[in-house]
Amino acid sequence: MTLRLLSLSFAALLGLMLSGCGYNRFQALDEQTKSAWSEVLNQYQRRADLVPNIVATVKGEAAFEQDTLTKVVEARAKATSIQVTPETLNDPAAFAKFQAAQGELGSALSRLMVVSERYPDLKANQGFRDLRVQLEGTENRITVARNRYIQTVQEYNVLARSFPNNLTAMVFGYTVKPSFAVANEAQISTPPVVDFNKK
Amino acid sequence: MGLRFLLQALLLAVWLPLASLSVWAQGVQPVPPLTAHVMDNTGTLTAVQKAALEAKLAAFEQSRGAQVVVLMVPTTQPEDIAAYAQRIGDSWKIGRNSIGDGLLLVVAKNDRTVRIETTKALEGAIPDLAASQIIETALTPRFRQGDFAGGLDAAADQIMARITGEKLPVPQQSNAARRSADGGFDWTTLAVFLFFAVPIGGRVLSSVLGRKLGSVATGGAVGVLAWLFTSSLVVGGIAALAGMLFALVSGLGGALGGRSSGWGGGFGGGGLGGGFGGGGFGGGSRGGGGFSSGGGGNFGGGGASGNW
Repeated sequence: MTLRLLSLSFAALLGLMLSGCGYNRFQALDEQTKSAWSEVLNQYQRRADLVPNIVATVKGEAAFEQDTLTKVVEARAKATSIQVTPETLNDPAAFAKFQAAQGELGSALSRLMVVSERYPDLKANQGFRDLRVQLEGTENRITVARNRYIQTVQEYNVLARSFPNNLTAMVFGYTVKPSFAVANEAQISTPPVVDFNKK
Repeated sequence: MGLRFLLQALLLAVWLPLASLSVWAQGVQPVPPLTAHVMDNTGTLTAVQKAALEAKLAAFEQSRGAQVVVLMVPTTQPEDIAAYAQRIGDSWKIGRNSIGDGLLLVVAKNDRTVRIETTKALEGAIPDLAASQIIETALTPRFRQGDFAGGLDAAADQIMARITGEKLPVPQQSNAARRSADGGFDWTTLAVFLFFAVPIGGRVLSSVLGRKLGSVATGGAVGVLAWLFTSSLVVGGIAALAGMLFALVSGLGGALGGRSSGWGGGFGGGGLGGGFGGGGFGGGSRGGGGFSSGGGGNFGGGGASGNW
């Protein structure tokens, strides 16, 4: 009887200690960053899926600058060739590589959109205009997903570094997660220029 | 090393939230309070136009549940209208709590830009292309002629038609149904609570009232609790029976073990019953006539922008 009571209170104490040192918080935030990251991947995939359609439409324009087009195709191939696993999150080098590839695709696409301004036929093409709206929406979603990821990682990292949770992090081997770096931020977050004014 | 490390960690913990705050505070437009379906901070719409649109959107929320909100502001500068609308959506979270069907239409009059921002739940009903179409067919042609009320009205019609086409659950009218939906009753919480409360409470009651009376009392308490929580007499009865049996059996074990009453005194009588009586479930959250966000909308950047 007393033994049962003792073990019961011990279990309760252990539970209290674990939640007191942030263990449960780590679990929750770790899962949260994972799902936020999945959302980022999801939206990047959406953009990559859009590219072949855009390329096909633009190819209809015979005189279109081949150089810009090939750059988009190459950037897409590169971005989709990178294998992304959940471990990418804990590997800053792989993360940076992925980020660079996506950034390249983003800037190649925005260049394509700028160049397309010079082709009145293309601009008047309803299919191209629809794709443009979709691309714009996808870029917005990427921005939102990235912002949410950054916020979640920030919360996680603050937890992992602040006392006394840093001791828990040390014991269980939780490291600080990488976030989107500022240097690439400007490059990636340049949205494709979509101007509705000049029709 | 230890102290320095600790200091660094503390500094960082204080500094990081502050740093992120200062990034946000770079003079962006504040989020206006959500007070109605139609909010005009530019004074463009007349009172009659505003009331008509408000009535239309309110009636739509009554019948279909989706929350459509129109916000007119002079400008969104220095932000892009997409970023501004996203920020507003994140803070208002319009859309029903369990479904998240909200839509935000932002007009920045002096910037001559407009944006339809959809929650994730409505991205299927109004994909970006449809939003762009609504902007191009309903809004911008009329806005160009200065007919803001007409444009918003036409856009509202198209938006409502599209949302109606989507098979989202309609709001339940009966009060009881809404209450049980709102309560979000959590079975696991009750199970965990009973898992601990029944053995302890049963033992306390047994030692105070005697084994048989104690088990009956435990069963009764469990039954009343279950009845209060689920508002079902059958569930309450079953729970009462189970609680009584459990208390009887565990009380038997205690009696056989020879020590049944040692620590009962410290707990005093009936710690169980008191706390739960209050009507925590009453009072529908949406009682008054005013408009409030359902709090379920998750804006993921869907929608489209346009200008005129």
